[in-house]
Amino acid sequence: MRLLKTFMNSAILMSALALVSAAPAKADGKLTIYTYESFTAEWGPGPKVKQAFESQCNCTVEFVAVADGVALLNRLKLEGASTKADVVLGLDTNLTHEASETGLFAPHGIDTSGITIPGGYSDNTFVPYDYGYFAVIYDSETVKNPPASLKDLVEADPKQKIVIEDPRTSTPGLGLLLWVKSVYGDKAGEAWGKLKDRVLTVTPGWSEAYGLFTKGEAPMVLSYTTSPAYHLVAEKTERYKAAAFAEGHYLQVEVAAQTTNGATNPLSAQFLSFMTKPAFQDTIPESNWMFPAAKTSAALDPAFDTLVKPAKTLIFAPEEVAKNRKAWIDEWLSAMSL
Amino acid sequence: MAAVRSLKPLAGGIALALMAVIAGGALLSLAVEALHGSMDGLGAFDSYLWRVARFTLLQALLSMLLSVALAIPLAHALHAHPVFAGRAMILRFFALPLALPALVAVLGITSIYGRNGLLAAIFRGAGLDVIPNIYGLTGILLAHVFFNLPLATRLILSGLDSIPEDYWKLSSQLGMGGWSRFRLLEWPVIRRNLAGIASLIFMLCITSFTIVLTLGGGPRATTLEVAIYQSLHFDFDIARAVALTLLQLGLTIAVLLFLSRAGRPSEEAFSLHTARRRFDHPSRREKFFHAMVIIAGLLFVILPMAGTVMSGLAADLSRLLGERIVWKAILTSMILGAGAAALSLGISLALVTAREYLATKRRHAPPGIFERLLDLGASLIMVVPPIVIGAGWFILSRHYVDPFSLAPIMVISVNAAMAVPFAFRILRPSWDTAASRHNRLCAQLGVAGWSRLRLIDWPVLKRPLGVAFAFAMALSLGDLGTIALFGNNTIQTLPYLLLQRMGSYRTDDAAGLALVLGLLCLALMMVADRGASRLENGR
Repeated sequence: MRLLKTFMNSAILMSALALVSAAPAKADGKLTIYTYESFTAEWGPGPKVKQAFESQCNCTVEFVAVADGVALLNRLKLEGASTKADVVLGLDTNLTHEASETGLFAPHGIDTSGITIPGGYSDNTFVPYDYGYFAVIYDSETVKNPPASLKDLVEADPKQKIVIEDPRTSTPGLGLLLWVKSVYGDKAGEAWGKLKDRVLTVTPGWSEAYGLFTKGEAPMVLSYTTSPAYHLVAEKTERYKAAAFAEGHYLQVEVAAQTTNGATNPLSAQFLSFMTKPAFQDTIPESNWMFPAAKTSAALDPAFDTLVKPAKTLIFAPEEVAKNRKAWIDEWLSAMSL
Repeated sequence: MAAVRSLKPLAGGIALALMAVIAGGALLSLAVEALHGSMDGLGAFDSYLWRVARFTLLQALLSMLLSVALAIPLAHALHAHPVFAGRAMILRFFALPLALPALVAVLGITSIYGRNGLLAAIFRGAGLDVIPNIYGLTGILLAHVFFNLPLATRLILSGLDSIPEDYWKLSSQLGMGGWSRFRLLEWPVIRRNLAGIASLIFMLCITSFTIVLTLGGGPRATTLEVAIYQSLHFDFDIARAVALTLLQLGLTIAVLLFLSRAGRPSEEAFSLHTARRRFDHPSRREKFFHAMVIIAGLLFVILPMAGTVMSGLAADLSRLLGERIVWKAILTSMILGAGAAALSLGISLALVTAREYLATKRRHAPPGIFERLLDLGASLIMVVPPIVIGAGWFILSRHYVDPFSLAPIMVISVNAAMAVPFAFRILRPSWDTAASRHNRLCAQLGVAGWSRLRLIDWPVLKRPLGVAFAFAMALSLGDLGTIALFGNNTIQTLPYLLLQRMGSYRTDDAAGLALVLGLLCLALMMVADRGASRLENGR
């Protein structure tokens, strides 16, 4: 009896909830884009991109957002061929190999000549829309001599701490792992063994690490070269800076692609093409805080000119990452657990 | 009358089945899915995994022991002084940590004990060259005790509140000292509920993820929950995720069985009037000691929260509260939380009444398996990771309905299920005491069914029901796991919004939202208390 009543109560609540959530509008065509949450946040590129594309396609764009790029690929694997996604936006190059192995993605067939990625990028399935470099961000109020190279970071005074992310649970964590691997190669394990004493803690994701950093728990954190741009533009402070590393910086390229289902919807290719145009690219720098992959209609905010320009771009081929990821994480684990 | 009563085990059975379906259905569907895929992950039960399992157990057991051991003197002191200014507020504050997302609590704790925290500032001020370093087991235990000491205190205290007034009167007449009173009156009651409280805390700690990784200082501090997340999220190795979840369940069951044996309840029939009034007068020394314990406990709980409040006040609150999206998130959280709390209360009440019915019927015989399942089985859902439940139900439902339309139902039922172990422990002592006090009298007078519920049970239950509702709702307000899994933009709860801001440099906004979340829970506790006292006075 009581149970029944509770169920009825929750049914009423549920319908109230349905009122709270917005109902999607109808239009001629519909494009479903799977992406990650920060893309669709109200300050993210999502809302502007939706508006700009809808104004020229006579269609409705529906975003479906999951936690991050990895969750995006998982979602697709779970849904398999029956996925509703026309376009998947937000995988990075560490995931593209695994993604194409699923057989769920179709070639884009669009002109990508407008895209410029450091070190070049060409793929007939995945279209890059932005990129960024991993970097150690430091608090210039407490760090007077920031490390000038990865070697410096590994070997200098272990009392000056850094917070890093876990490669088992986060993308930046994996980024640092690959960065160290691309610089140290077979000696990566030893490098981690030295760096370990400098690592204050290893957090599950970027938010925890950056939160500890801005709280002053550690004077350094692993983030992106673009992080200082946020503080400059939004907070008008030069306090947080990226350290330029002599060996170069590891690159992250974010891509989108159409699914095999989506290939039957002409809007998919149209969107991928739109993605390389200024209308889309303009939203990237100051809402995704990454570098645009193609031309924007105006020059970037001067803050972006002050950012670290990597001496060298480091990146592994997607196949290489897919093949070695587990072994490299094990190497990291045993070095860090000693 | 017999017909009415026999519905209790049925309702209990249905409630139990519901819990089993939510957790078991997900596990089963994942297991079936895994059969289609690679089973390589199963072979990987290597030394890494054993180390992880060992650490998981160690930190959970230590956290449990510390929380409970510190909660006993605190609850004792609070119970010895049933009336003092601010007591009700302390108890409300004690419900707050539960509603805080782990990340907020971690930042609150570092603002006190961290390298740049209050403690470090005091050391600096005193000219000491010491930088506190909590990263490691210390930090994990600190955070877990912060979360669970208040919970344990409240639960122990509610047990102490069920001691009949006449016991205190008698003890006073017999001239018992503080120690004898504790040993003869309080300890038996504490002991009876201790296994349940300890097991609850154990389960909360064994599944710890963000706290363990963030404060653990490195991958040496890794729990099974992290390994499950890694295998399901990053490696997409379903077989391994299922195997690890089963391992986590197995370990938990082993510990729960041990605890329930160690703390076998002493069967006592309470037949006297209970009240929160005591007839003993603590000596001056005792009073001083109690005051110290209460102040220390309060500081321990309140300081990290004060850290959160300070950063929250630094946020641009007026802009934040002017945002439509924030209000929408508050409303969504409230609706989901209330739904989950209501469902959770229904399930818990069915479990509690069925268990008591069986226990009363069997009298002195040992409890049967059904009764044991009613008691502890339902709690096991807490150690099935939300990511597993989410993925399992996603797979199960994807061919039949749009998984996104399922999101609100899933969020409510999973949150309700996760809150059952709490609501159950809040309701059980009151119900059991009331039942043993009233059963025979009601049988003699022939009061049963609706009139018994209205006249006898409701007056006793309304207060714990109010508290349980507030607790369950607070717990759901702070939940994040389930929603994140189903991924849907239309359902944005407050913690979801908070982490979203946190994840895009908007640390101040996140702190402000944490403050809003905390105030919301505080308001909830106050409404529950007020409502309960008004009901009581109204009669």
